[in-house]
Amino acid sequence: MNTALNEETAPEDLQAHLSRYGAVPYRGRTSTLIPDLEASGLTGRGGAAFPVHRKLAAVARAKGTRKVAVANGAESEPASRKDELLLRIAPHLVLDGLQLAAEAVGATEAHLYLHAAPGPQILRALAERTAQGVDRLPVTITQAPPRFLAGQETALINRLGGGPALPAFQPPRVSERGLGGAPTLVQNAETLAHLALIARYGPRWFRAVGTPEEPGSMLTTLYRARVRTEIHEVAIGTPLRALLGDGPQAQAWLVGGYHGTWLPLPQARELTLDHASLRTFGAAPGAGVLAALPADRCGLAETARITTYLAAESAGQCGPCLNGLPRIAAALTELAAGRANLQTRANLERWSGLVTGRGACHHPDGTVRFVRSALKVFAPEIDRHARGQCAATSREPFLPLPDRAPASEQDWI
Amino acid sequence: MAGTLRVNPIACTGHGVCAELLPELIAVDEWGYPLIDPRPVPGALERGARRAVSACPALALRIARIEEPARSG
Ligand SMILES: Cc1cc2nc3c(=O)[nH]c(=O)nc-3n(C[C@H](O)[C@H](O)[C@H](O)COP(=O)(O)O)c2cc1C
Ligand code: SF4
Ligand code: SF4
Repeated sequence: MNTALNEETAPEDLQAHLSRYGAVPYRGRTSTLIPDLEASGLTGRGGAAFPVHRKLAAVARAKGTRKVAVANGAESEPASRKDELLLRIAPHLVLDGLQLAAEAVGATEAHLYLHAAPGPQILRALAERTAQGVDRLPVTITQAPPRFLAGQETALINRLGGGPALPAFQPPRVSERGLGGAPTLVQNAETLAHLALIARYGPRWFRAVGTPEEPGSMLTTLYRARVRTEIHEVAIGTPLRALLGDGPQAQAWLVGGYHGTWLPLPQARELTLDHASLRTFGAAPGAGVLAALPADRCGLAETARITTYLAAESAGQCGPCLNGLPRIAAALTELAAGRANLQTRANLERWSGLVTGRGACHHPDGTVRFVRSALKVFAPEIDRHARGQCAATSREPFLPLPDRAPASEQDWI
Repeated sequence: MAGTLRVNPIACTGHGVCAELLPELIAVDEWGYPLIDPRPVPGALERGARRAVSACPALALRIARIEEPARSG
Protein backbone atom coordinates (compact mmCIF):
# COMPACT_ATOMS: atom_id res chain seq x y z
CA MET A 1 0.00 0.00 0.00
CA ASN A 2 1.25 3.44 -0.98
CA THR A 3 -1.54 5.97 -1.35
CA ALA A 4 -1.01 9.68 -1.80
CA LEU A 5 -3.50 11.72 0.19
CA ASN A 6 -5.02 14.51 -1.82
CA GLU A 7 -4.73 17.80 0.01
CA GLU A 8 -7.73 19.15 -1.88
CA THR A 9 -10.05 16.42 -0.59
CA ALA A 10 -13.15 17.95 0.93
CA PRO A 11 -13.62 16.94 4.57
CA GLU A 12 -16.11 14.15 5.00
CA ASP A 13 -19.22 15.34 6.86
CA LEU A 14 -20.73 13.25 9.62
CA GLN A 15 -23.41 11.73 7.40
CA ALA A 16 -20.92 10.61 4.76
CA HIS A 17 -18.53 9.39 7.44
CA LEU A 18 -21.17 7.27 9.16
CA SER A 19 -22.47 5.81 5.94
CA ARG A 20 -18.94 4.88 4.87
CA TYR A 21 -17.74 3.45 8.19
CA GLY A 22 -20.92 2.70 10.13
CA ALA A 23 -21.89 3.94 13.59
CA VAL A 24 -19.28 4.59 16.26
CA PRO A 25 -18.89 1.13 17.80
CA TYR A 26 -19.15 1.96 21.49
CA ARG A 27 -18.75 -1.16 23.60
CA GLY A 28 -20.81 0.00 26.54
CA ARG A 29 -18.05 -1.01 28.95
CA THR A 30 -14.50 0.00 29.73
CA SER A 31 -11.52 -2.12 28.73
CA THR A 32 -13.22 -4.38 26.17
CA LEU A 33 -11.48 -2.68 23.25
CA ILE A 34 -8.05 -3.22 24.79
CA PRO A 35 -7.60 -6.91 23.85
CA ASP A 36 -8.50 -6.06 20.25
CA LEU A 37 -5.86 -3.34 20.22
CA GLU A 38 -3.34 -5.79 21.63
CA ALA A 39 -4.18 -8.35 18.94
CA SER A 40 -3.91 -5.68 16.26
CA GLY A 41 -0.38 -4.71 17.30
CA LEU A 42 -1.14 -0.99 16.90
CA THR A 43 1.67 1.26 18.12
CA GLY A 44 1.70 5.02 18.63
CA ARG A 45 2.17 7.12 15.49
CA GLY A 46 3.41 10.22 17.33
CA GLY A 47 7.04 9.11 17.12
CA ALA A 48 7.86 6.59 19.82
CA ALA A 49 5.84 3.60 18.53
CA PHE A 50 4.79 2.55 22.02
CA PRO A 51 2.19 -0.28 22.10
CA VAL A 52 -1.20 1.41 22.33
CA HIS A 53 -2.93 -1.31 24.33
CA ARG A 54 -0.39 -0.97 27.14
CA LYS A 55 -1.06 2.72 27.58
CA LEU A 56 -4.81 2.23 27.54
CA ALA A 57 -4.54 -0.62 30.03
CA ALA A 58 -2.44 1.54 32.37
CA VAL A 59 -4.99 4.35 32.39
CA ALA A 60 -7.94 1.93 32.66
CA ARG A 61 -6.23 0.30 35.65
CA ALA A 62 -5.21 3.53 37.39
CA LYS A 63 -7.27 4.64 40.36
CA GLY A 64 -9.28 7.82 40.15
CA THR A 65 -12.81 9.03 39.69
CA ARG A 66 -11.57 11.58 37.15
CA LYS A 67 -9.68 10.36 34.06
CA VAL A 68 -8.65 12.20 30.93
CA ALA A 69 -8.22 11.24 27.26
CA VAL A 70 -6.29 13.53 24.92
CA ALA A 71 -5.88 13.52 21.15
CA ASN A 72 -2.46 14.99 20.43
CA GLY A 73 -2.68 16.93 17.18
CA ALA A 74 0.10 19.37 18.05
CA GLU A 75 2.36 18.10 15.28
CA SER A 76 5.12 20.32 16.56
CA GLU A 77 7.76 18.82 14.27
CA PRO A 78 7.97 21.49 11.55
CA ALA A 79 8.56 18.96 8.75
CA SER A 80 5.53 16.82 9.62
CA ARG A 81 2.19 17.63 8.03
CA LYS A 82 0.26 14.38 8.35
CA ASP A 83 -1.82 15.08 11.47
CA GLU A 84 -2.87 18.47 10.16
CA LEU A 85 -4.03 16.90 6.89
CA LEU A 86 -5.74 13.99 8.65
CA LEU A 87 -7.63 16.33 10.96
CA ARG A 88 -8.65 18.43 7.98
CA ILE A 89 -9.90 15.69 5.64
CA ALA A 90 -11.03 13.01 8.10
CA PRO A 91 -11.80 14.79 11.39
CA HIS A 92 -14.52 12.29 12.32
CA LEU A 93 -12.12 9.36 12.26
CA VAL A 94 -9.88 11.03 14.83
CA LEU A 95 -12.84 12.16 16.93
CA ASP A 96 -14.35 8.63 16.85
CA GLY A 97 -11.00 7.32 18.05
CA LEU A 98 -10.89 9.84 20.87
CA GLN A 99 -14.37 8.85 22.09
CA LEU A 100 -13.65 5.13 21.81
CA ALA A 101 -10.32 5.42 23.61
CA ALA A 102 -12.01 7.53 26.28
CA GLU A 103 -14.65 4.86 26.76
CA ALA A 104 -12.04 2.11 26.92
CA VAL A 105 -10.11 3.79 29.73
CA GLY A 106 -13.19 5.13 31.54
CA ALA A 107 -12.28 8.76 30.88
CA THR A 108 -14.51 11.51 32.20
CA GLU A 109 -12.94 14.26 30.06
CA ALA A 110 -11.84 14.44 26.43
CA HIS A 111 -9.41 16.95 24.93
CA LEU A 112 -8.10 17.82 21.51
CA TYR A 113 -4.71 19.56 21.38
CA LEU A 114 -4.06 21.34 18.11
CA HIS A 115 -1.11 22.98 16.44
CA ALA A 116 -3.03 26.01 15.25
CA ALA A 117 -6.37 27.60 15.98
CA PRO A 118 -9.02 24.98 15.17
CA GLY A 119 -9.93 25.01 11.48
CA PRO A 120 -13.54 25.23 10.29
CA GLN A 121 -13.50 21.49 9.47
CA ILE A 122 -12.90 20.52 13.08
CA LEU A 123 -15.38 23.00 14.50
CA ARG A 124 -18.03 21.85 12.05
CA ALA A 125 -17.30 18.20 12.81
CA LEU A 126 -17.65 18.76 16.55
CA ALA A 127 -20.88 20.72 16.10
CA GLU A 128 -22.35 17.96 13.92
CA ARG A 129 -21.46 15.32 16.47
CA THR A 130 -22.96 17.28 19.33
CA ALA A 131 -26.14 17.97 17.37
CA GLN A 132 -26.57 14.28 16.53
CA GLY A 133 -25.57 12.99 19.94
CA VAL A 134 -22.64 10.98 18.60
CA ASP A 135 -20.13 12.05 21.24
CA ARG A 136 -20.43 10.66 24.75
CA LEU A 137 -17.99 13.26 26.12
CA PRO A 138 -17.74 16.90 25.13
CA VAL A 139 -14.36 17.74 23.61
CA THR A 140 -12.29 20.67 24.86
CA ILE A 141 -9.91 22.21 22.33
CA THR A 142 -6.58 23.70 23.38
CA GLN A 143 -4.09 25.32 21.01
CA ALA A 144 -0.41 24.41 21.25
CA PRO A 145 2.19 27.17 20.89
CA PRO A 146 4.27 26.79 17.71
CA ARG A 147 7.25 25.30 19.54
CA PHE A 148 9.07 22.05 18.82
CA LEU A 149 8.51 20.74 22.32
CA ALA A 150 4.86 21.70 22.58
CA GLY A 151 3.66 18.24 21.52
CA GLN A 152 5.76 16.36 24.06
CA GLU A 153 3.31 14.77 26.44
CA THR A 154 4.28 16.43 29.72
CA ALA A 155 4.42 19.81 27.92
CA LEU A 156 0.93 19.04 26.61
CA ILE A 157 -0.29 18.29 30.14
CA ASN A 158 1.16 21.58 31.41
CA ARG A 159 -0.49 23.51 28.59
CA LEU A 160 -3.86 21.83 29.06
CA GLY A 161 -3.61 22.78 32.72
CA GLY A 162 -3.31 26.45 31.74
CA GLY A 163 0.47 26.74 32.07
CA PRO A 164 3.27 27.06 29.54
CA ALA A 165 3.89 24.11 27.19
CA LEU A 166 7.11 23.08 28.93
CA PRO A 167 8.14 19.49 29.62
CA ALA A 168 8.06 18.28 33.21
CA PHE A 169 10.36 15.89 34.98
CA GLN A 170 8.89 12.44 35.50
CA PRO A 171 8.06 10.14 37.28
CA PRO A 172 5.21 9.50 37.72
CA ARG A 173 3.93 8.70 34.26
CA VAL A 174 0.99 10.74 32.96
CA SER A 175 -1.01 7.50 32.79
CA GLU A 176 -0.89 7.56 36.58
CA ARG A 177 -0.83 11.28 37.26
CA GLY A 178 -1.46 13.61 34.34
CA LEU A 179 -3.80 16.56 33.89
CA GLY A 180 -4.68 17.98 37.29
CA GLY A 181 -3.32 14.78 38.83
CA ALA A 182 -5.84 12.57 36.96
CA PRO A 183 -4.69 9.46 35.08
CA THR A 184 -4.33 10.66 31.51
CA LEU A 185 -4.19 8.95 28.12
CA VAL A 186 -2.29 10.88 25.44
CA GLN A 187 -2.42 9.47 21.93
CA ASN A 188 -1.36 10.95 18.64
CA ALA A 189 -4.21 11.98 16.33
CA GLU A 190 -3.27 9.41 13.69
CA THR A 191 -3.06 6.66 16.32
CA LEU A 192 -6.67 7.41 17.27
CA ALA A 193 -7.81 7.20 13.63
CA HIS A 194 -6.28 3.70 13.40
CA LEU A 195 -7.94 2.83 16.71
CA ALA A 196 -11.34 3.88 15.35
CA LEU A 197 -10.88 1.57 12.36
CA ILE A 198 -9.67 -1.36 14.48
CA ALA A 199 -12.72 -0.92 16.72
CA ARG A 200 -14.91 -1.35 13.62
CA TYR A 201 -13.08 -3.88 11.49
CA GLY A 202 -11.01 -5.81 14.01
CA PRO A 203 -7.36 -6.78 14.38
CA ARG A 204 -7.25 -9.11 11.38
CA TRP A 205 -8.31 -6.38 9.04
CA PHE A 206 -5.59 -4.12 10.49
CA ARG A 207 -2.93 -6.79 10.06
CA ALA A 208 -3.70 -7.28 6.37
CA VAL A 209 -0.95 -4.77 5.61
CA GLY A 210 2.39 -4.16 7.29
CA THR A 211 4.76 -6.79 8.62
CA PRO A 212 3.77 -9.50 11.14
CA GLU A 213 5.87 -7.78 13.82
CA GLU A 214 4.84 -4.24 12.86
CA PRO A 215 1.38 -4.41 11.36
CA GLY A 216 -0.72 -1.74 9.71
CA SER A 217 -0.08 1.41 7.77
CA MET A 218 1.29 4.80 8.71
CA LEU A 219 1.11 8.32 7.38
CA THR A 220 4.33 9.76 6.04
CA THR A 221 5.37 13.24 4.95
CA LEU A 222 7.66 12.97 1.94
CA TYR A 223 10.28 15.45 0.72
CA ARG A 224 12.02 14.85 -2.58
CA ALA A 225 13.88 16.98 -5.08
CA ARG A 226 11.71 19.20 -7.23
CA VAL A 227 8.35 17.80 -6.12
CA ARG A 228 6.07 19.37 -3.62
CA THR A 229 5.66 17.87 -0.19
CA GLU A 230 3.36 14.86 -0.22
CA ILE A 231 1.51 12.96 2.47
CA HIS A 232 1.24 9.24 1.76
CA GLU A 233 -0.41 6.45 3.67
CA VAL A 234 1.96 3.51 3.30
CA ALA A 235 2.17 -0.03 4.62
CA ILE A 236 4.78 -0.43 7.32
CA GLY A 237 7.65 -2.33 5.73
CA THR A 238 7.45 -0.50 2.39
CA PRO A 239 10.89 -0.15 0.75
CA LEU A 240 12.21 3.36 1.32
CA ARG A 241 13.33 3.64 -2.26
CA ALA A 242 9.73 3.17 -3.40
CA LEU A 243 8.92 6.29 -1.37
CA LEU A 244 12.01 8.42 -1.81
CA GLY A 245 13.78 7.19 -4.94
CA ASP A 246 17.48 6.43 -4.82
CA GLY A 247 18.59 7.73 -8.17
CA PRO A 248 21.57 10.05 -8.60
CA GLN A 249 19.42 13.04 -7.66
CA ALA A 250 19.38 11.90 -3.99
CA GLN A 251 22.60 12.02 -1.95
CA ALA A 252 21.27 10.89 1.44
CA TRP A 253 17.97 10.09 3.14
CA LEU A 254 16.60 11.53 6.35
CA VAL A 255 14.27 9.20 8.25
CA GLY A 256 12.25 10.17 11.32
CA GLY A 257 12.44 13.95 11.08
CA TYR A 258 14.62 16.32 13.08
CA HIS A 259 15.08 13.87 15.91
CA GLY A 260 15.76 11.25 13.26
CA THR A 261 18.68 9.81 11.37
CA TRP A 262 20.54 10.57 8.15
CA LEU A 263 21.11 7.44 6.08
CA PRO A 264 23.94 7.07 3.55
CA LEU A 265 23.30 6.20 -0.07
CA PRO A 266 23.69 3.78 -1.70
CA GLN A 267 24.39 1.74 1.47
CA ALA A 268 20.87 2.23 2.85
CA ARG A 269 19.02 1.61 -0.39
CA GLU A 270 17.60 -1.79 0.64
CA LEU A 271 16.06 -0.56 3.90
CA THR A 272 12.33 -0.72 4.53
CA LEU A 273 10.08 1.52 6.61
CA ASP A 274 9.95 -0.47 9.85
CA HIS A 275 11.93 -0.65 13.06
CA ALA A 276 13.47 -4.04 12.38
CA SER A 277 15.09 -2.83 9.18
CA LEU A 278 15.93 0.75 10.17
CA ARG A 279 17.46 -0.38 13.46
CA THR A 280 20.39 -1.86 11.54
CA PHE A 281 21.37 1.75 10.76
CA GLY A 282 20.42 3.08 14.20
CA ALA A 283 17.30 4.69 12.74
CA ALA A 284 13.53 4.53 13.37
CA PRO A 285 10.42 5.62 11.45
CA GLY A 286 9.50 8.27 14.07
CA ALA A 287 6.42 10.22 13.03
CA GLY A 288 6.95 9.39 9.35
CA VAL A 289 8.96 12.36 8.07
CA LEU A 290 11.07 11.05 5.16
CA ALA A 291 13.34 13.14 2.97
CA ALA A 292 15.72 12.56 0.08
CA LEU A 293 18.36 15.27 0.19
CA PRO A 294 18.95 16.47 -3.38
CA ALA A 295 22.46 16.00 -4.74
CA ASP A 296 22.93 19.74 -5.23
CA ARG A 297 22.53 20.65 -1.52
CA CYS A 298 24.97 20.60 1.36
CA GLY A 299 24.03 18.07 4.03
CA LEU A 300 26.21 19.88 6.55
CA ALA A 301 24.54 23.21 5.91
CA GLU A 302 21.11 21.58 6.26
CA THR A 303 22.13 19.86 9.48
CA ALA A 304 23.64 23.05 10.93
CA ARG A 305 20.55 25.07 10.07
CA ILE A 306 18.18 22.54 11.64
CA THR A 307 20.36 22.01 14.70
CA THR A 308 20.46 25.76 15.28
CA TYR A 309 16.67 25.68 15.27
CA LEU A 310 16.60 22.67 17.64
CA ALA A 311 18.99 24.40 20.04
CA ALA A 312 16.84 27.52 20.06
CA GLU A 313 13.86 25.27 20.80
CA SER A 314 15.42 23.89 23.98
CA ALA A 315 13.13 24.80 26.82
CA GLY A 316 16.26 25.93 28.65
CA GLN A 317 15.18 24.19 31.82
CA CYS A 318 17.98 21.63 32.13
CA GLY A 319 21.62 22.63 32.42
CA PRO A 320 23.16 20.17 29.95
CA CYS A 321 20.55 20.88 27.25
CA LEU A 322 20.73 24.66 27.77
CA ASN A 323 24.53 24.68 27.63
CA GLY A 324 25.19 21.85 25.21
CA LEU A 325 22.77 22.28 22.31
CA PRO A 326 23.79 25.84 21.37
CA ARG A 327 27.47 24.83 21.45
CA ILE A 328 26.75 21.80 19.26
CA ALA A 329 24.83 23.99 16.82
CA ALA A 330 27.61 26.58 16.69
CA ALA A 331 30.24 23.91 16.05
CA LEU A 332 28.18 22.47 13.19
CA THR A 333 27.80 25.93 11.71
CA GLU A 334 31.58 26.29 11.77
CA LEU A 335 32.01 22.90 10.09
CA ALA A 336 29.51 23.84 7.39
CA ALA A 337 31.19 27.19 6.83
CA GLY A 338 34.65 25.63 6.56
CA ARG A 339 35.76 27.54 9.67
CA ALA A 340 36.25 24.52 11.92
CA ASN A 341 39.56 23.69 13.53
CA LEU A 342 40.98 20.44 14.88
CA GLN A 343 39.17 20.92 18.15
CA THR A 344 35.72 21.32 16.62
CA ARG A 345 34.99 17.65 15.94
CA ALA A 346 36.32 16.55 19.30
CA ASN A 347 34.12 19.16 20.98
CA LEU A 348 31.09 17.94 19.04
CA GLU A 349 31.71 14.38 20.16
CA ARG A 350 32.23 15.37 23.80
CA TRP A 351 29.20 17.69 23.99
CA SER A 352 27.02 15.08 22.27
CA GLY A 353 27.96 12.61 24.97
CA LEU A 354 27.41 15.17 27.72
CA VAL A 355 23.84 16.09 26.79
CA THR A 356 22.59 12.57 26.03
CA GLY A 357 20.23 11.16 28.64
CA ARG A 358 20.57 14.23 30.87
CA GLY A 359 17.45 16.22 30.06
CA ALA A 360 13.98 15.99 31.55
CA CYS A 361 12.74 15.15 28.08
CA HIS A 362 14.03 13.39 24.99
CA HIS A 363 15.00 16.59 23.14
CA PRO A 364 18.77 16.44 23.69
CA ASP A 365 18.89 12.73 22.84
CA GLY A 366 16.90 13.19 19.66
CA THR A 367 19.02 16.16 18.61
CA VAL A 368 22.23 14.23 19.19
CA ARG A 369 20.95 11.27 17.22
CA PHE A 370 20.34 13.59 14.26
CA VAL A 371 23.74 15.31 14.62
CA ARG A 372 25.76 12.12 15.03
CA SER A 373 24.18 10.57 11.96
CA ALA A 374 25.11 13.68 9.98
CA LEU A 375 28.72 13.52 11.15
CA LYS A 376 28.88 9.94 9.90
CA VAL A 377 26.97 10.25 6.64
CA PHE A 378 28.53 13.55 5.61
CA ALA A 379 32.06 12.71 6.79
CA PRO A 380 33.51 13.09 3.27
CA GLU A 381 31.85 16.51 3.09
CA ILE A 382 33.42 17.51 6.40
CA ASP A 383 36.87 16.75 5.02
CA ARG A 384 36.09 18.69 1.88
CA HIS A 385 34.86 21.67 3.90
CA ALA A 386 38.07 21.59 5.93
CA ARG A 387 39.89 22.22 2.66
CA GLY A 388 37.57 25.12 1.91
CA GLN A 389 35.42 23.26 -0.62
CA CYS A 390 31.76 22.27 -0.78
CA ALA A 391 30.15 19.97 -3.33
CA ALA A 392 26.78 21.73 -3.22
CA THR A 393 25.80 23.99 -6.09
CA SER A 394 22.66 25.33 -4.43
CA ARG A 395 22.43 27.15 -1.12
CA GLU A 396 18.68 27.11 -1.10
CA PRO A 397 17.39 25.49 2.12
CA PHE A 398 15.68 22.16 1.47
CA LEU A 399 14.01 21.04 4.70
CA PRO A 400 11.36 23.32 6.18
CA LEU A 401 11.64 25.39 9.36
CA PRO A 402 9.07 27.75 10.87
CA ASP A 403 9.33 31.29 9.50
CA ARG A 404 9.28 32.97 12.82
CA ALA A 405 12.05 32.51 15.35
CA PRO A 406 10.89 32.24 18.96
CA ALA A 407 11.22 35.58 20.68
CA SER A 408 10.11 35.53 24.28
CA GLU A 409 8.90 33.55 27.24
CA GLN A 410 5.36 34.28 26.08
CA ASP A 411 5.91 31.96 23.13
CA TRP A 412 5.40 28.92 25.31
CA ILE A 413 1.74 29.74 25.90
CA MET B 1 16.65 -0.91 49.72
CA ALA B 2 18.57 -0.89 46.46
CA GLY B 3 18.36 2.43 44.69
CA THR B 4 20.15 4.69 42.27
CA LEU B 5 20.87 8.38 42.58
CA ARG B 6 18.76 10.43 40.26
CA VAL B 7 18.79 14.15 39.57
CA ASN B 8 15.83 16.19 38.44
CA PRO B 9 17.56 18.20 35.69
CA ILE B 10 14.90 20.92 35.74
CA ALA B 11 15.32 21.59 39.44
CA CYS B 12 19.11 21.21 39.49
CA THR B 13 20.90 24.55 39.49
CA GLY B 14 24.38 23.12 39.17
CA HIS B 15 25.61 23.97 42.65
CA GLY B 16 27.85 20.93 42.65
CA VAL B 17 27.49 20.47 46.41
CA CYS B 18 26.50 16.85 45.77
CA ALA B 19 29.71 16.13 43.87
CA GLU B 20 31.81 17.58 46.67
CA LEU B 21 30.10 15.35 49.21
CA LEU B 22 30.06 12.19 47.13
CA PRO B 23 32.88 12.23 44.57
CA GLU B 24 32.73 8.42 44.43
CA LEU B 25 29.41 8.57 42.55
CA ILE B 26 29.03 12.16 41.32
CA ALA B 27 31.30 14.21 39.08
CA VAL B 28 30.55 17.58 37.49
CA ASP B 29 30.59 18.35 33.78
CA GLU B 30 32.27 21.37 32.22
CA TRP B 31 29.18 23.50 32.91
CA GLY B 32 28.94 22.54 36.57
CA TYR B 33 26.11 20.04 36.32
CA PRO B 34 26.30 16.65 38.02
CA LEU B 35 27.25 13.47 36.18
CA ILE B 36 25.81 10.66 38.21
CA ASP B 37 26.92 7.05 38.31
CA PRO B 38 23.83 5.19 37.05
CA ARG B 39 24.61 1.97 38.91
CA PRO B 40 22.86 1.05 42.17
CA VAL B 41 24.37 2.81 45.17
CA PRO B 42 26.65 0.28 46.88
CA GLY B 43 25.86 -0.42 50.51
CA ALA B 44 29.04 1.25 51.76
CA LEU B 45 28.06 4.54 50.13
CA GLU B 46 24.40 4.60 51.13
CA ARG B 47 24.94 6.97 54.03
CA GLY B 48 26.98 9.31 51.88
CA ALA B 49 24.30 9.21 49.20
CA ARG B 50 21.63 10.15 51.70
CA ARG B 51 23.82 13.03 52.93
CA ALA B 52 24.24 14.35 49.39
CA VAL B 53 20.48 14.15 48.87
CA SER B 54 19.72 16.20 51.92
CA ALA B 55 22.49 18.71 51.18
CA CYS B 56 21.20 19.59 47.72
CA PRO B 57 19.85 23.15 48.06
CA ALA B 58 17.51 22.69 45.08
CA LEU B 59 15.96 19.44 46.36
CA ALA B 60 16.93 18.06 42.97
CA LEU B 61 18.61 14.88 44.06
CA ARG B 62 16.99 11.71 45.30
CA ILE B 63 17.47 8.01 45.58
CA ALA B 64 15.10 6.27 43.21
CA ARG B 65 13.92 2.71 43.35
CA ILE B 66 15.50 0.83 40.48
CA GLU B 67 12.39 0.12 38.43
CA GLU B 68 11.18 3.72 38.12
CA PRO B 69 10.98 5.09 34.59
CA ALA B 70 13.69 7.64 33.93
CA ARG B 71 12.13 10.19 31.65
CA SER B 72 9.14 11.09 29.58
CA GLY B 73 8.93 10.52 25.83
C1 LIG C 1 10.19 16.88 21.58
C2 LIG C 1 8.98 16.04 21.39
C3 LIG C 1 7.92 16.52 20.63
C4 LIG C 1 6.77 15.73 20.43
N1 LIG C 1 5.77 16.24 19.65
C5 LIG C 1 4.67 15.47 19.43
C6 LIG C 1 3.60 15.95 18.60
O1 LIG C 1 3.66 17.07 18.09
N2 LIG C 1 2.53 15.16 18.40
C7 LIG C 1 2.44 13.90 18.96
O2 LIG C 1 1.44 13.22 18.77
N3 LIG C 1 3.44 13.42 19.74
C8 LIG C 1 4.54 14.18 19.99
N4 LIG C 1 5.53 13.69 20.80
C9 LIG C 1 5.33 12.37 21.44
C10 LIG C 1 4.46 12.54 22.69
O3 LIG C 1 5.31 12.81 23.80
C11 LIG C 1 3.68 11.28 23.00
O4 LIG C 1 4.57 10.22 23.09
C12 LIG C 1 2.63 10.94 21.95
O5 LIG C 1 1.73 12.00 21.75
C13 LIG C 1 1.86 9.71 22.39
O6 LIG C 1 0.99 9.30 21.37
P1 LIG C 1 1.22 7.96 20.54
O7 LIG C 1 1.64 6.89 21.52
O8 LIG C 1 -0.12 7.69 19.96
O9 LIG C 1 2.25 8.23 19.53
C14 LIG C 1 6.68 14.46 21.02
C15 LIG C 1 7.75 13.99 21.78
C16 LIG C 1 8.89 14.74 21.96
C17 LIG C 1 10.01 14.20 22.77
S1 SF4 D 1 15.90 18.45 28.13
FE1 SF4 D 1 16.02 20.44 27.13
S2 SF4 D 1 14.13 20.62 26.05
FE2 SF4 D 1 13.83 18.95 27.49
S3 SF4 D 1 12.94 19.92 29.32
FE3 SF4 D 1 15.14 19.94 29.60
S4 SF4 D 1 15.84 21.92 28.79
FE4 SF4 D 1 13.76 21.55 28.04
S1 SF4 E 1 23.64 19.76 44.74
FE1 SF4 E 1 21.63 19.62 43.78
S2 SF4 E 1 21.45 21.47 42.54
FE2 SF4 E 1 23.61 21.21 43.06
S3 SF4 E 1 24.47 20.08 41.35
FE3 SF4 E 1 23.92 18.56 42.88
S4 SF4 E 1 21.85 18.01 42.28
FE4 SF4 E 1 22.26 19.89 41.20
